[in-house]
Amino acid sequence: MSLTVLTYLVVGASFALYIGIAFASKARSTGDFYVAGKHVHPVANGMATAADWMSAASFISMAGLIAFLGYDGSVYLMGWTGGYVLLALLLAPYLRRFGKFTVPEFIGERYYSDVARVVAVICLIVISFTYVAGQMRGVGIVFSRFLNIDIGYGLLVGMGVVFLYAVLGGMKGITYTQVAQYCVLIFAYTVPAVFISLQVTGVMVPQVAFGSEVAGGGYLLAKLDAIVTDLGFAAYTSGTKSRIDVFFITLALMVGTAGLPHVIVRFFTVPKVRDARASAGWALLFIAILYTTAPAVGALARLNLTTTIQTGPVGEETGNLPYEERPEWFKTWEETGLLTVEDKNGDGRIQYYNDANADFAAQAENFGWEGNELTVDRDIIVLANPEIAGLPDWVVALVAAGGIAAALSTAAGLLLVISAAVSHDLCKGVFWRSISERRELMAGRISAGVAILMAGYLGFNPPGFVAQVVALAFGLAAASLFPAILLGIFSVRINKPGAVAGMLAGLLFTVGYIIYFKGVVVEPFAADVAENWLFGISPEGIGGIGMLINFAVAFSVSALTREPPEEVKAMVRRIRVPR
Amino acid sequence: MKKSSHWGDNLRLVAICLVVWFVVSFGCGILFVDSLNRFSIGGFELGFWFAQQGSIVVFLLVIVAYVVGMAVIDRRHGVAESDEAPPDDASSHSDTDE
Repeated sequence: MSLTVLTYLVVGASFALYIGIAFASKARSTGDFYVAGKHVHPVANGMATAADWMSAASFISMAGLIAFLGYDGSVYLMGWTGGYVLLALLLAPYLRRFGKFTVPEFIGERYYSDVARVVAVICLIVISFTYVAGQMRGVGIVFSRFLNIDIGYGLLVGMGVVFLYAVLGGMKGITYTQVAQYCVLIFAYTVPAVFISLQVTGVMVPQVAFGSEVAGGGYLLAKLDAIVTDLGFAAYTSGTKSRIDVFFITLALMVGTAGLPHVIVRFFTVPKVRDARASAGWALLFIAILYTTAPAVGALARLNLTTTIQTGPVGEETGNLPYEERPEWFKTWEETGLLTVEDKNGDGRIQYYNDANADFAAQAENFGWEGNELTVDRDIIVLANPEIAGLPDWVVALVAAGGIAAALSTAAGLLLVISAAVSHDLCKGVFWRSISERRELMAGRISAGVAILMAGYLGFNPPGFVAQVVALAFGLAAASLFPAILLGIFSVRINKPGAVAGMLAGLLFTVGYIIYFKGVVVEPFAADVAENWLFGISPEGIGGIGMLINFAVAFSVSALTREPPEEVKAMVRRIRVPR
Repeated sequence: MKKSSHWGDNLRLVAICLVVWFVVSFGCGILFVDSLNRFSIGGFELGFWFAQQGSIVVFLLVIVAYVVGMAVIDRRHGVAESDEAPPDDASSHSDTDE
C-alpha cells in the first residue's frame, strides 16, 4: 500500500472518530454549548486542555525551533508550561467558583461595567483570530504535504470537520473530540521520538536520552556543543539572546498563556472548584509529556542533521558529505523545497556552517568554503523524523494525523470562545438582554459558523503579518486580560475606572511597542534590533512590562476613585472560598 | 472570621508555591544559569537542564502541592465541597441535559 493511501486511511479514520463523537455529544442547552454542562471529569478536561493548548506550532514547529535556537528555545518550554502554574494557583479555581460561562462575563460583573466587558471581548477576539489563522494554515500545510492535495481543498475539509463538531456539539462536542485528538497527537509525537532516541543513544526514553552518551562515545549535548561551535554556530547549551530578554520573553509567554481565553474557559467546564485545581495539574502533566520530549527531539535532530552533512573532521575535504551520497529522506524533502542545497564552491560536497559569523569567516575561507550551502525549514524536523529514523509508513501517516489533530483541536477551542463572546457577551450580555435561551444557542451556532468561514479565509489568504502577530496575541493577553482577572480576584479595592484604565494602558503600550518594531499593517518605525529596544527587551517580551504598567495604572486610578459597590465586594469574597 | 483566615492560608500557600515556581524557572533556568552550568547531572549542564526539563517537572510538583495543600486548608476551615452534589452555581441559565 502506498504511503499516500495509508495516510488517507489514517487521517480519514481519525476524522470519522471526531465526527462520531460530535454526534454522540450534541449540545442541547447554552450550558452545554458554552461549558459542556459543567460535567467534564477533571482528567478528561486535562486532556482536552492539553489538546486545546498544543497547537500546530507546538506539534510541528517547536522541536525544530529549539533545534536551531538551543538554549534560547527554553523561553518556549518554560513560558508555555509555567503559565499553567499561574492558571492553577491564581485564576482557575476562583473563576470556576464564579460559575458563569465566559471570561468577559467575569470582567463585566466584577467591574460592574459593560464597557469593561466589551473591551475584554475585543481583546479576546483579536487574540483568538490571530491564533486561529495560524491553525488553519497548519491544517492546509499538512494536507498538501502528505496527501498531495491543494492547500485550498485541505482547508475546506478541515473547516468542514470543525464545523460539524463545533457547531453541533459546542463545548460538549469539542471537549470529547479534544480528548481523542490528544491521544492521537501524543502517540504520533512520542513514537518517532522513542525510536530516534534508541538509534542515537540506545536509550528508549527521550528525556533520558537527551542527557545520555551517544554511540561512539561522549555525551549527546557535549558532542553537539563541540560540533556546532566548530562550524561557527553558538554553543547549543548557551544561546545568544541577552539574559534580560530571555527573562522577559519567558515572563510574557507565561502570563500570556495564563491569560488566553480559550485555555481559561476550559476550567469552567468541570463540576467543582477542586476539580478546576486538579484539572490544571492534569493538563500540565499531559502537556509536559510533549514539552519535555520536544527539546530532546530538537537536540537529537540537530546532531543527526549536522553529522549527516559533516561526516568527518571540520575543514578536511573528505569531512563533508558528497551531494551524490545524500540519504533518501534528504531527496524527499528536497522535492518539497523545504530543504535546499546550493553547491556554492562547486566541490560536489555539502557545507553546512554559520556564514553569518564574522569570526569564523577567515577559517571558512581557508577551508575553501564559499558560504553555507544547506537551508532547512525548521518545520520539517518533526515531520521528517520518522523518515530519518527509517520508521515504517504507518508512523509517517500517524504523524500527519497528529499534526492535523493538533491544529483542529486548537482551532475548535478558539472558534468556540469567539462564538461565545459574540452570542453570550455581546448579544445576551449587552445588546439584546431579553434573548431567549433557544435563540442564544442559535446565535452561538451561527457565530461559530461565521467564525469558521473567517478563519478559513485567513488560512487561505494569510495576512503577511501572521508571524508578527503571534507576539501580539501573547502580549495582549499578558497586558490586558490576565491583570484584569487577577486583580479582580485578589483585590477588593480595584474598581471600574481602575480596571478599564489599566487594561487600556497595558493594551496601548504593548500594541504600540510591537507595532513600532514589527509594523503590523503599517511599516515599522524602527529597526527591530537590540540597540533600539527599551531596556533590551524585544517585542516578544514586552507583554511583561505591559502587565506591570496595567497593575500600576489600575492601582493608582482605583486609589483615587470610589470603592466598588458592596455587592461586588461580596461577590469577590464569595469566589475566594470553594463553598 | 473563619473565612478570612481561609483566605489567609490560601494566600500563604499560593505565595510559597509561586516562590518555588519563580526560583526554578527565572532563577535556575535564566538568572543563575551560568553558575549552575558548572555542575552537571549525567550529560546535562545543570542550568540548561533546569531550563529545558527540570523547571517543567517542578511546575508539575508545585501544582500537585497546591492541590493537596488547598484540600487540607478547605477541610480545616470547613469549606470543602461535598462529594455528591456539585456546588450551586449562581447561574440563571438552564443546565437541563443529562
